[in-house]
Amino acid sequence: MSEVISTDAVIIGAGPCGLFAVFELGLLDIKCHVVDILDRAGGQCAELYPEKPIYDIPALPIVTGAELTQRLLDQAKPFHPQFHFNQMVTELIKHGDTDFELRTDGGIIFRSKIVVIAAGGGSFQPKKPPIPGIDAYEGTSVFYSVKKMETFRGKDILIVGGGDSALDWTNNLAPIANSMTLLHRRDEFRAAPDSVKKMRELVAAGKMQLKLGQVTGLTGADGVLSSVQVKGNDGAAFDIQANTLLPFFGLTMKLGPVANWGLNLDENLIPVDTEKFESSTPGIFAIGDINHYPGKLKLILSGFHEAALLAQQAFRYINPGQRLLFQYTTSSTNLQKKLGVA
Amino acid sequence: MAKITFIQHNGTEQTVDGIPGMTVMEAAIKNMVPGIDADCGGACACATCHVYVEAEWLDKVGKRAAMEEDMLDFAFDVKDSSRLSCQIKISDAINGLRVRVPEKQF
Repeated sequence: MSEVISTDAVIIGAGPCGLFAVFELGLLDIKCHVVDILDRAGGQCAELYPEKPIYDIPALPIVTGAELTQRLLDQAKPFHPQFHFNQMVTELIKHGDTDFELRTDGGIIFRSKIVVIAAGGGSFQPKKPPIPGIDAYEGTSVFYSVKKMETFRGKDILIVGGGDSALDWTNNLAPIANSMTLLHRRDEFRAAPDSVKKMRELVAAGKMQLKLGQVTGLTGADGVLSSVQVKGNDGAAFDIQANTLLPFFGLTMKLGPVANWGLNLDENLIPVDTEKFESSTPGIFAIGDINHYPGKLKLILSGFHEAALLAQQAFRYINPGQRLLFQYTTSSTNLQKKLGVA
Repeated sequence: MAKITFIQHNGTEQTVDGIPGMTVMEAAIKNMVPGIDADCGGACACATCHVYVEAEWLDKVGKRAAMEEDMLDFAFDVKDSSRLSCQIKISDAINGLRVRVPEKQF
């Protein structure tokens, strides 16, 4: 049995809106655990555009996705949020008012008084290349991530892609594989120069092969792959013998398990009211890109506003009957103490 | 105004008006052209607005930039005619442009 983590709030999604919700809830003494499928905070800001400038964050004329994330982490720090990365919330069950159970695919169980869904465009999941018949091999011969390296010992591995994941796993798995081939559409790699150098050394030492081309088909039986058909860059077709295929084509956003939690959905978005930003289930809030209401703008700044308002209602659920005093951080000693500045 | 025609995998054609200065991706999204996902909203960060430019238009739309070339690594079935539609700016020079939409952006 996994240990159950009891908390005031679980925030699903560590993007900018989730991080700012930690801050707003924290000001009201609501403690948060934050779950994200990525391996770090930032959501789309971290995964899609860490180095691209954002121009419409109030008071920050220009800020990159990575810097915005870091600033939000700094801002939330006084409230000691606990992060659970590489985890997808798969189940959300309501046991009673202010009593929710959440389970992740990594086996973590939470009991929480309120839930904030700040899941943006959904969860980032590996892209599955549309190769005919690939479904039949998934989980047996085709894998989109490496959970345990040992699984791949002694295999004839074909890795497809030219980014960091493809290069890292090529280099890491080559020593334990029976054979290793890296297939990419061009002889240039969008990966750390060190990894590319290491891969080229492995090729030079005869420990693996590098092929240029794109996958066109798969051959095998009963879920076990035997060879992969490839169209080479020179137009010639050839086969690569492999019983294991690891395609690394980056990540895409999928709504994921949110659809199974019994919430009213409208075209994959969660309709909320604009006073509390609450879903059709009391105690479950939705902020940021994943919610919808009349006039909704998918802007980070809108998500910040939504976080502030949901915190008010969250306080009422968690502290029934208690009066909520509206305070400013500029003048309230009480808030400043919480922020560690008074 | 520049006319842009999107040809679906099944051969269906849809011609939309593109405003010079916008991108081909934006014209597709504005007109709800199926098959152009544009997850990242035009930041050249996701490769889900992949199109194949018809041969006669290849020269006119210009060459891929380095960043676009990198992002195409995350597209499937990349051909010489492959472009990310968020990186093609609409101008009068490409009035009549024809692009094919892949079966799936995946």
